[in-house]
Amino acid sequence: MLPALAFYLLFTLLPLLHTVWLSFYEWDGITVGKWIGLANYREILADEEIRSAFVHSIKLILYYSVVAVIIALILILVLQRAKVRGLTTFRTLIFLPQTVAVVVVAQAFVWIYAPLGPLNTLLEPFGLNRTWLGEFNTALPALGFVGSWMTFGLAFVLFLAGMQRIPQSLYDAARVDGASVWQEMRVVTLPQLRNELAVVLTLTTITALRSFDLIYNTTSGGPGGETRVPSVLIVLNAFSYGRVGMACAIAVVLTIIIFAVAILITRIGDRGENG
Amino acid sequence: MTTRRDQYTAYIVLGLFSFLAVYPVIGIVLLAFHNKSDQVTGFALPTTISFATFEKAWTEGNFGSGLMSSFIVAVVVTIVSAILSIGTGYAFGTMRFPGASIVFGVILLGLIFPYEATVIPLYYDFQQFHLTNTLWALILPQIGLSVAFGTFWMRAFFRSTPRSLIEAARVDGASSFMILLRVLLPLARPALLTLCALVFMYTWNEFLLALVMIQDPSLTTAPLGLSFFATATRAGDPTAVAAAAVIVALPVVVVYVFLQRHFIRGVTSGAVKE
Repeated sequence: MLPALAFYLLFTLLPLLHTVWLSFYEWDGITVGKWIGLANYREILADEEIRSAFVHSIKLILYYSVVAVIIALILILVLQRAKVRGLTTFRTLIFLPQTVAVVVVAQAFVWIYAPLGPLNTLLEPFGLNRTWLGEFNTALPALGFVGSWMTFGLAFVLFLAGMQRIPQSLYDAARVDGASVWQEMRVVTLPQLRNELAVVLTLTTITALRSFDLIYNTTSGGPGGETRVPSVLIVLNAFSYGRVGMACAIAVVLTIIIFAVAILITRIGDRGENG
Repeated sequence: MTTRRDQYTAYIVLGLFSFLAVYPVIGIVLLAFHNKSDQVTGFALPTTISFATFEKAWTEGNFGSGLMSSFIVAVVVTIVSAILSIGTGYAFGTMRFPGASIVFGVILLGLIFPYEATVIPLYYDFQQFHLTNTLWALILPQIGLSVAFGTFWMRAFFRSTPRSLIEAARVDGASSFMILLRVLLPLARPALLTLCALVFMYTWNEFLLALVMIQDPSLTTAPLGLSFFATATRAGDPTAVAAAAVIVALPVVVVYVFLQRHFIRGVTSGAVKE
């Protein structure tokens, strides 16, 4: 088992500590760096542009996580009282977005959102066509829905696997009591899916916080910085602006948020189970 | 009690969202078969079947070498991670040793670990050892992260195997290594296949590491090549970009279609087990 741990230590944990170390420096990547203590972190708190990047990330969580979970729960809801043939096929299709490289997804949606693309063709009769990825107030939501598209299949297969473990007797009991579909959902399905819900929220939130591939390959942060997110700022600071220390400080903050989210959601999930 | 209305609702809703899930993928495939001059909106079927866009993307985007780089990286990472994960998973799953739970806790962090956090120092460290612009710069860190998931996954498998099996083999005088090789590994084949499928997919689709580490055009991975090609070509010829996207996505999608049970089982049981 030692070699595995060595790889993990050498290429994951040590670089992380190195990132923390570098975040206390002002360094252009070439000359000798200068120790500046917490100055990078103070700038993160003060700088409007960097703060807005974190706000964008939080908005993206809404789409990657909340919207995706709602869609998946609607699918679960209609399955409560139906016996669907070919469910495996539906599942395979709905999970497909998870397997496609995000760089490819980006190309597909650049086309779908294009001024003369499919979405505008659909909306044109109603006069709702716009330059989705090019306008200030639509770019971030448009990318957000790409996120929902990427993650709802993951949420669905996890919920479905959880639902298939729920004993039919629970549903039968609820039905004898005259429960509606909604009541079945609230009383039987949701409480039984608590673990799955915690896992889905964790995974999708982390995906939202790491949206680099999608944003770099669609808007690169534009228009006017409206879709700029921390991961894009990390790469820009390190490899374009020559501010390696700053990039590391943003990376540290992002990593702390990711770990905190994971721990928080797991804790809430556990508490729900005991209480 | 299943009413007809419930049935229809389920089929309609599932059908609708299956369509939404698949539409962007099918759309880009159809787009790839169109001529450059066609204005492609929505579901228009190409009038002629022509592979001209694919030829253009293949030669101009240099995807022959891109696919090769991605293939080498993904295969090496998958094989090495699988072998290493069997060892650690076996140790964590069947043996007791001091500090096991702490070490395992640290490994769990790797499951949610962002490359964003390590890519900068890795770049400068690799530069010192002249490893940037080599495929090692992609292989080594990805093994580092994949063994975290692999250990977690194989540990869950080894814990689920009946202890009596191991004890019986031990009574017969088999060493730990022989038990692993002769008794447990044959049973582990499905779990291993799942692990390999997932690691292959994650490695193939990885983008950020490649963007930072690789500048040499002859070493770019397929997703990185697609990103460059799209930036250069998108405005002039969206159909060629679509063809390139299909080329890059195809290997993983084909593997997925054949092994979809493994993919979905890996994600569902892997995620909820702990």
